[in-house]
Amino acid sequence: MGMAATESKFHVLAVDDSVIDRKLIERLLKTSACQVTTVDSGSKALEFLGLQEHDKNHTNQPCVSLDNHQEAQINLIITDYCMPGMTGYDLLKKIKESSSLRNIPVVIMSSENVPSRINRCLEEGAEEFFLKPVRLSDVNKLRPHMMKTKCKSQLQEEPEIIVTEENQGSIEIAYVVPSEVPLTGPDTVQQEQQQKSQGNSNINKRKAMEENLSQDRTRPRYSSLTTAV
Amino acid sequence: MENQKQHQAAYMRRSLLDQGYLDEQFIHLEELQDDANPNFVEEVVKLFYTDSARFIRNIELALENGPCDFARLDNLMYQFKGSSSSIGATRVKRQCSQFQEYCNAKNIEGCKNTFQGVKQEYATLKTKLEAYFQVSLSLIRYIGNYSKD
Repeated sequence: MGMAATESKFHVLAVDDSVIDRKLIERLLKTSACQVTTVDSGSKALEFLGLQEHDKNHTNQPCVSLDNHQEAQINLIITDYCMPGMTGYDLLKKIKESSSLRNIPVVIMSSENVPSRINRCLEEGAEEFFLKPVRLSDVNKLRPHMMKTKCKSQLQEEPEIIVTEENQGSIEIAYVVPSEVPLTGPDTVQQEQQQKSQGNSNINKRKAMEENLSQDRTRPRYSSLTTAV
Repeated sequence: MENQKQHQAAYMRRSLLDQGYLDEQFIHLEELQDDANPNFVEEVVKLFYTDSARFIRNIELALENGPCDFARLDNLMYQFKGSSSSIGATRVKRQCSQFQEYCNAKNIEGCKNTFQGVKQEYATLKTKLEAYFQVSLSLIRYIGNYSKD
């Protein structure tokens, strides 16, 4: 698979106390070509992110390690609202209060549609509020927020997320299956969903864009990265 | 043979949807399945079974030992409802909601009666899903053997 190498993928931290929902969000994000780390609590999330605070005391770079590994950079945090101990809202607040973490976009998920809760989260700085069960169409909205953590001048604008076979992150699939192939049941539905209104030319164009991007993404965002020890 | 299984799986899925056991969320799960993750739905449903068994056990205990902790009951049912919702288990979810209403009203009898409904719907769904997977998984494996041309 020649496409975007691992280090150019967006890395999302997903927080949810439900094992089913963690599995779901992980699959959704991987389908959307993201690298995913899941944790089951707000405190574990901070622990994971907190490594950054020790290493990068006075910079804005949300990296997990000292090395210049792009995959260690968290581009988005998606968290459940209702969790025992620290709620998603508490986690959001702590992230926004942290100088090194506040630039990471945060998205809240909840199974309850409570307008006051939604407003509270958005006012505290959450980028989006998704009602569960979260769908692929929701996850597709995340990309613009994650792009913010990369240097804008280095990237082309991506107008729309087109989920194709190629960017599902699966190594075995190296081609786009045309619709004439007699797949059945869930696979057919999936194919139709993905191909929607696009033709092969769009897929190739997008692939070219992605290959272009992968080179750009390996360049660090901040020049201060090398000096921030 | 493949055709017959296709029809059977499609028919079973259709009837599960029509009868309200499952909703479109289940379809969305199936859409997330692919050659690289051919067991995704089965894995999610297995997690649902283990989660549900745990919730049912804990709710049972909470209902038996008593004075009733309605807050705890509500919380357990909230989680159970969340799991049900994530796989598209409509009927189970509806029973869970009903249980929560009785919790809010502090109506212990209502809770106990509805809980029987929750268990029944869950048991029925489990049986139907197991039958469905028998057909659809054998189909996926069949396709997996023959799809690479």
